[in-house]
Amino acid sequence: MAFELELTSPIEVAKDFALAVQEYTLLSAQSLANFFRRPLYMGDMLYQADLIGVGSLPIVVLTGLSVGALLALNAASTLQRFGSVTLIGQLVSIGMVTELGPLITGLMVAGRNSSGMASELGSMIVTEQIDAMRALGTDPTKKLITPRVGATVFMLFFLTIIADLLGLIGGFAVAHLLFGVDTNQYWTSVWQTLVFRDVFTGLIKPVLFGFIISTVGCYYGMFTRGGTQGVGRSTTQAVVAASVLILIVDFFVTKLIFAIFGYR
Amino acid sequence: MPAPTLPSENATTPAASPSGYALEFDNVSIAFDERVVLDGVSFQLPHGETKALFGVAGSGKSILLKLAIGLLRPDRGRIFVLGEEVTRMSEQDLFELRRRVGMVFQESALFDSLKVFENVGFRLMEEGVPPEEIERRVREVLRFVELEQTYDMFPSELSGGMRRRVAIARAIITEPEVLLYDSPTGGLDPVTSNTIVELIVKQRDVYKTSALMVTHRLQDAFTMATHEFDKATNKMVVLPKGQRGEVPMSFLILRDAKVIFDGDAHQLAASRDDYIREYIS
Repeated sequence: MAFELELTSPIEVAKDFALAVQEYTLLSAQSLANFFRRPLYMGDMLYQADLIGVGSLPIVVLTGLSVGALLALNAASTLQRFGSVTLIGQLVSIGMVTELGPLITGLMVAGRNSSGMASELGSMIVTEQIDAMRALGTDPTKKLITPRVGATVFMLFFLTIIADLLGLIGGFAVAHLLFGVDTNQYWTSVWQTLVFRDVFTGLIKPVLFGFIISTVGCYYGMFTRGGTQGVGRSTTQAVVAASVLILIVDFFVTKLIFAIFGYR
Repeated sequence: MPAPTLPSENATTPAASPSGYALEFDNVSIAFDERVVLDGVSFQLPHGETKALFGVAGSGKSILLKLAIGLLRPDRGRIFVLGEEVTRMSEQDLFELRRRVGMVFQESALFDSLKVFENVGFRLMEEGVPPEEIERRVREVLRFVELEQTYDMFPSELSGGMRRRVAIARAIITEPEVLLYDSPTGGLDPVTSNTIVELIVKQRDVYKTSALMVTHRLQDAFTMATHEFDKATNKMVVLPKGQRGEVPMSFLILRDAKVIFDGDAHQLAASRDDYIREYIS
């Protein structure tokens, strides 16, 4: 079997990229605008919330505990040299609440749900089910995309809180059991270290990440081309794009919050 | 085989639209990349008539149907459905218009995660019709296509012919004024094909529904041109000699992105065009 290498001009690549950005922006804007139009499809939103939120709970619990424990373990080995092992609680709480909790939860849910959305909607596209829905007089962005966006944003917010809490518990387990840090000392340092800015940072990120996960997943699903092979491609691309976007947005949001509230 | 009982006996002829036709294409063109699929296509579908659309594979028949319902936008030209110019309508306005038009897709396009009753009653559920009313109408229309026993089944549990009939039930449940069929008998055995042709003839003769039907099977279209639906016996009967072709049925043939024939069965049979003669032979 002979393979032909087809070279695409940079202009075509730039045009395709600009078109993709335009389509993604329109789809995202439409998904938000639909929250202000009837019907709202609350049933579909609850179903998606169950699928995304409850379905992702085990993986979020597991990663939250592991990351908190690992953070404490790595911090302790350095702090021990300076005799400051009691500061573990501070490091774990700032690390988990402002950065690792939202980031790890976002990446986990992106891997699980962006791909799911892209493959489900992509399959509907290639089997003409989306066209059938439009032909039946129903707006697919309203029926399929908006409930997914609403459910992901809402559930990721709470999943992140759970991941943060479990990360702190994981950190405590390591600090207490392996390094003998007192329970009261650990939780007091966790509590006293956190200020409004940290909590605000930690809670604004899942809202943005949830929006990215759902809109990217839906975008790749709705623009699937090329049959079942195309569905597979969309699924992979959705996970990669959502993860990369989360990392980029995370950096800029952190930088912006530092710019607004100042460095610690 | 007699056709199943009718879902409603109070069928009425739809009101005439401002353009005077149920569907009208005016100089419509569309191309994908460099490939011109339709080039200056014009035709009209009068109210109550069924038009069979022929053309070789890839000649743009399915594209034409998608243009008619506004799923695609033409590069040039105007399209009117029930007097409304779909080429100038926003997607939101199109959703309203599409409630008056039914479409049967080539591969049925049933929602595979929904059961048969949810598929058939989808439009009613979207309109907020009470559940008891939905169940009554879904059962009625499933009886019409002889598939009431599939009410609680998933599309994956049905055969190709059954799926096609469920798709027809979904399209006709709201008694649309225009029906678009994309290869409704494609890939089916002769018996199932005949059942579907009978359903289409019944829609034409009893409900006076205007329809555009894409097909590869010339025999199906000729059956429709030579038969009518008899309400008394509730089955399709052959017209007496001399009256054949006198039903509201016409033919449209596409070739090289253009319309090369638009007329009734008599005109088609009398055509001297070599391509058409070869096509119908």
